[in-house]
Amino acid sequence: MGVGGGEASTVTQADGAGAPPEGDYSYEERTVRPYAMTGGRTRPSGDVLPIEALVSALRQPTAQQTVEKRRILELSGSQYVSIAELSAHVHLPVGVVRVIVGDLVDEGSARVHSTATQNPTHDPATTLSVLESVLNGISAL
Amino acid sequence: MAFPRSDVATPPTGTEAAPTTVKIVVAGGFAVGKTTFIGSISDIEPLSTEAAMTEHSVGVDDAGGQTDRKTSTTVAMDFGRIALPGNLWLYLFGTPGQDRFLFMWDDLVRGAIGAVVLVDTDRLDQSFPAVDYFEARQIPFVVAVNCFDGVARHQLDDVRDALAVPEAVPMVYTDARSRAATKQTLVMLVQHAMRRLGG
Repeated sequence: MGVGGGEASTVTQADGAGAPPEGDYSYEERTVRPYAMTGGRTRPSGDVLPIEALVSALRQPTAQQTVEKRRILELSGSQYVSIAELSAHVHLPVGVVRVIVGDLVDEGSARVHSTATQNPTHDPATTLSVLESVLNGISAL
Repeated sequence: MAFPRSDVATPPTGTEAAPTTVKIVVAGGFAVGKTTFIGSISDIEPLSTEAAMTEHSVGVDDAGGQTDRKTSTTVAMDFGRIALPGNLWLYLFGTPGQDRFLFMWDDLVRGAIGAVVLVDTDRLDQSFPAVDYFEARQIPFVVAVNCFDGVARHQLDDVRDALAVPEAVPMVYTDARSRAATKQTLVMLVQHAMRRLGG
């Protein structure tokens, strides 16, 4: 869905939305704008991505992509980065990051890794073994 | 950074598989020490993100008269991350405990191991919504009384009574500034979650 160049050009022209937030940028001024980057969508096309889901870039950013997409691909190009971390680093709400990451996945530019609870083999035994690992890990800190 | 081919990015960590991520929610009232708690054990400096941006009615606190103004509201949420053996990443998400932020919790708690309700005994009322929420949804949680001065000023039983927390819910004194105390609180939560699973 929504991979066409039309979408990309609309987004880049959204009132300088790609400009990095300035220091004295009042938050109120910015509160409506971010969804302009998502064409008004508040949900990605598929399931809602967990906030702790990790993203990794599959391709390098291209000049045709929006600033937001490029930033996300840069950040996730050399390390796994969660939706939450992307939100913090790109200064966009989690909901907006979800939509953009969803588009990147649809384009084949990035992939999202499933979390412990999204595991296809999700059953009590699996969950218990994950919890056991977490418990042992924390205890050993 | 060097890439082997111009159009293909290097996979994040070579052939290493992506870490498995898990999360724990840290809920509590304003300035109860959630971010301190998270920061005491996180591998990274706690980061701040906006969890939601919704147009809805928000009563303006203590402003008198100016209520139910339609407005966009943002909720800052602090979080940290701990890398654990076995390629596990544990995320800790701090979330405001007041009633008016409950709308964002459903998203946050989905798939969470459980929650720590951080309590300031001077402002117990700020903990009611979180306790009610996790109880109603059967999400494993522990109540951690933050001892600001390192001195326990209230008996845990008194706090349990005041918050109407069932016996089955573990309660503990903690010190949000102390890595050891935070660690102990998290251990207690994970053990509680395992018991709930029948482990």
